[in-house]
Amino acid sequence: MVRPGVTTGLGGPTAPEPGSPALATEAAERELGLRRVWRSVTADTMGRAGLILFAIVVLMAVLGPLIFPFDATAVNSSELLQPPSPQHWLGTDELGRDVFREFLAAAHVSLVVGLAATAISMVLGAGIGITAGYHGRWADTGLMRITDFFLVLPQLPLVIALAAFFGQNLWIIILVIGMTGWPTTARIVRSQTLSLRERQFVTRVRSLGASNLRILRVHVLPNVMPLIFANTVLVIGGAILAEATLSFLGLGDPVQVSWGTMLHFAFQSGAIGRGAWWFFIPPGVGIVMVVLAFTLTGHSIDQAMNPRLRGSR
Amino acid sequence: MSLLEITDLRVQYTTPRGPVTAVDGASLDVDTGQVLGLAGESGCGKTTLALAIPRLLAREATIRSGSITFGGRDVLAMTDQELRSVRWGKIAVVFQGAMNSLNPVHTIGDQIAEPIRAHEPKTTAAQARERVAELLDSVGIDPGRSRSFPHELSGGMRQRVLIAMALACRPQLIVADEPVTALDVMTQAQILEVLRSLSDRLELSMILISHDLSVIAEVCDSVNVMYAGKIVETGPTSAIFAPGQVGPAHPYTARLRHAFPDIRGERTFIEAIPGHPPDLIAPPPGCRFADRCTIAVDKCRTDEPALEPVGAGHAAACHRSALVLGGAALDAAPLDIPAADGVDGQTAGGPS
Amino acid sequence: MSRFRYLGRKIVWLVVTLYFVVTFNFVLFHLLPGNPVRLLARSGHLTPQAVAEITKVYGLNHPPLEQYLIYLKGLLHGQLGISYTYREPVSTLLGQYLGNTVVLLAAATVLTIVLGVLAGVVAASRRGRGYDSATVTASVIGWSLPTFWTGLILAFVLGVWLHAFPIFGMETPNAVYVSQFQRIEDIGAHLFLPTLTLIIVNIAQFVLVARASVIEVMSEDFMLTATAKGLLPRRVLWRHAVRNALLPVVTASALLIGLVVAGAIEVETVFSWPGMGLLVYNSVLNRDYPVIEAAFLVFAIVVLLVNFASDLLYQALDPRVRES
Repeated sequence: MVRPGVTTGLGGPTAPEPGSPALATEAAERELGLRRVWRSVTADTMGRAGLILFAIVVLMAVLGPLIFPFDATAVNSSELLQPPSPQHWLGTDELGRDVFREFLAAAHVSLVVGLAATAISMVLGAGIGITAGYHGRWADTGLMRITDFFLVLPQLPLVIALAAFFGQNLWIIILVIGMTGWPTTARIVRSQTLSLRERQFVTRVRSLGASNLRILRVHVLPNVMPLIFANTVLVIGGAILAEATLSFLGLGDPVQVSWGTMLHFAFQSGAIGRGAWWFFIPPGVGIVMVVLAFTLTGHSIDQAMNPRLRGSR
Repeated sequence: MSLLEITDLRVQYTTPRGPVTAVDGASLDVDTGQVLGLAGESGCGKTTLALAIPRLLAREATIRSGSITFGGRDVLAMTDQELRSVRWGKIAVVFQGAMNSLNPVHTIGDQIAEPIRAHEPKTTAAQARERVAELLDSVGIDPGRSRSFPHELSGGMRQRVLIAMALACRPQLIVADEPVTALDVMTQAQILEVLRSLSDRLELSMILISHDLSVIAEVCDSVNVMYAGKIVETGPTSAIFAPGQVGPAHPYTARLRHAFPDIRGERTFIEAIPGHPPDLIAPPPGCRFADRCTIAVDKCRTDEPALEPVGAGHAAACHRSALVLGGAALDAAPLDIPAADGVDGQTAGGPS
Repeated sequence: MSRFRYLGRKIVWLVVTLYFVVTFNFVLFHLLPGNPVRLLARSGHLTPQAVAEITKVYGLNHPPLEQYLIYLKGLLHGQLGISYTYREPVSTLLGQYLGNTVVLLAAATVLTIVLGVLAGVVAASRRGRGYDSATVTASVIGWSLPTFWTGLILAFVLGVWLHAFPIFGMETPNAVYVSQFQRIEDIGAHLFLPTLTLIIVNIAQFVLVARASVIEVMSEDFMLTATAKGLLPRRVLWRHAVRNALLPVVTASALLIGLVVAGAIEVETVFSWPGMGLLVYNSVLNRDYPVIEAAFLVFAIVVLLVNFASDLLYQALDPRVRES
């Protein structure tokens, strides 16, 4: 699911200008570009905050379950929805299990689903975008009509309907989110490809007899990648929110508990009414942290590559 | 008593680098029915001076000293309400039509009628419509086009609309800021014709701002040449520009005159004035034109010249104006470019 | 291109897209293998009469093309299937719940737009680095909040903890009202938290757009012309500045409604507001496929219509667009 990305100005994202078209120095330019972006991101407060959050999240997801493993079967009916205590740092859930450990285990699931779904979205989006932009004419019109159609369809209802129809499996969820998140990427990639195609070095190389595939691989793709990368980071946020929402609504995988699923159980078991804040606040905070990590970093990268977005208007 | 009297006006802009004095002690008078030209290159302060009259300056600008009297009333002391009544009702502005001076989402008819109904609230819609039709007709636009939007009109037509709009409340003074600058030469001629005939017919006073001396020479009765925030020459256009007459008394005016070839005139050289205007945050002592002047002497760099009379109604701020009147300021190696080229030789140096 | 031709083109496009949405709906939910309707019919979990009825209504024993035509014909007659759980025609159910959702959507959208524009206009007049980055930061954080979670937090803080607002349903159960006004008051109290949730999550982006738009317009040349005309400042602001600044705001509003529609599902679930969203939630829990499918169709149509309306509004506001 993609929420329209937040922009700080009125225009949409614009394509970053690659450096000089001389073939020999393209690689060198890209090298410098990456380093420059990195420096810019670490210098920017937003970027720094994003990276720190990102580091925390990765630590949680990777080390957490190793240090504090979660046992889903440790049901303890005498300790249902207990407040935090020395034994249970974040209290217990509706089945008496330790919320802290559950939280760490769920981090892993939320992240994996978000990343996997994004991967699908990006491949689809970039693929469609490049094809439409490069081949132009009928391919472009046809693919863009389809893209526009999917852009208009409201994503959450579609995702819900698909998940409800096709199952509560984690993979189904990943597929469903992935297949609804590609339209914005496709549009962005398409415009960048279109402008690249018209640039002199592509027509020159073509006249030298290079095949389409080679042009795509060697010239178009490397120049579109930065844009795709910047966009990916923003799409991940949307995918993670989509997974959380689906799970909350009861469509998540009941075995592989994610933060959204935790919130689903919290809601269903009346934790709100009972004030069991330790159960329903942490998972939400986790989601916000992860999404912020990607969004802040993504925006910082975006600003680094597109200086026009910087500064107050 | 003149309709408009500006005395020793000083206007400053606050900029990140410090205060810039855009207009430094300028004075001018406009009589009823007089068309006065304000000439000079970009950044010389002419627009600032003109927009100061209805107090339409930007927030960063302050009028530091001096006075502006219109119809006997002190403009600088007016309340907001009085100002609103004077604006358009007595003093109207014709902006550059090529730019976005017309609101894109309202019809031109609505925009012309708007000040009429604001200043004369008893006007009915029908009366306003009639007046709009009259006004459009007077500037040469088919009244049937009052329902058009600005983007549907050509540049020349938009400029005519701005003129018609300015006349809507029968003002006494019109300030026209570069009214023909962005138009092609043919359209320029037409618009200037409209302006001139309107002024004659309606006894309108006009201040016409332009960096193009030929425009000023064609329409205005008198001209004030500005340079770096100061008025350096003032006098009747016929005396200064007409062939066989006295001619300019300030080196800058002389050079400017030769930067604009007249397609009908004799072959003469044109030449850009090398260099650029001084920094107005810290202007140099003495005459501000000294650095670019070909006849400057030591006194010019130390003593700032004041406006001194050099003829009937003709004054110039130059220590060596007598030399200029004798044709001396043009002693630089001329580039022999035929006048028919029609190239604007004026340098674009300095702030725009 | 004249106004009417532009309008005609837009209507045609709307109808075509609607048609594709309907077809898409059919293909996805009726035709694909593993179609649960078919599975259910064949699984033996339903009584023979139910199976017969479903087969008849959906034409399951006909070839796909005929099923498609039956489906289309049914749609045109408002025939959306029968709900498994409620045993009622889906269209009746929709009728009951749709109205409540519209109330929620209207309240949330209108308030977000009004508050957002006001905040944006104020922000535009107080341009300065501090306010700027604060608004951007708030916007980014707002985007990252899951709508349902924000609802949960608000429900807890304002509902459970502070006991300030009700968190369940549309009206107090078993309430007896002295007057119509009291009933409206009750509904209003129940409407407060769900609406607040939607506003909080969606307003930041809107404020940014409104602010940027007003700032941009303020620096246009025609603003100086308007002031030079000696018009009242109020008129200069509204008839000239805001009128032009509205255009991007209209576009943003269309996007906003898309977000609010999606958010409505989450919010209605959290607060048990008896609308389409809650209907969807319960249908998902009960695997009531006809309802889910119909609900999706309704959501899609609503969003399409709203986009169409906003296109029209934009065209009405900006004469330059009419020249295609």
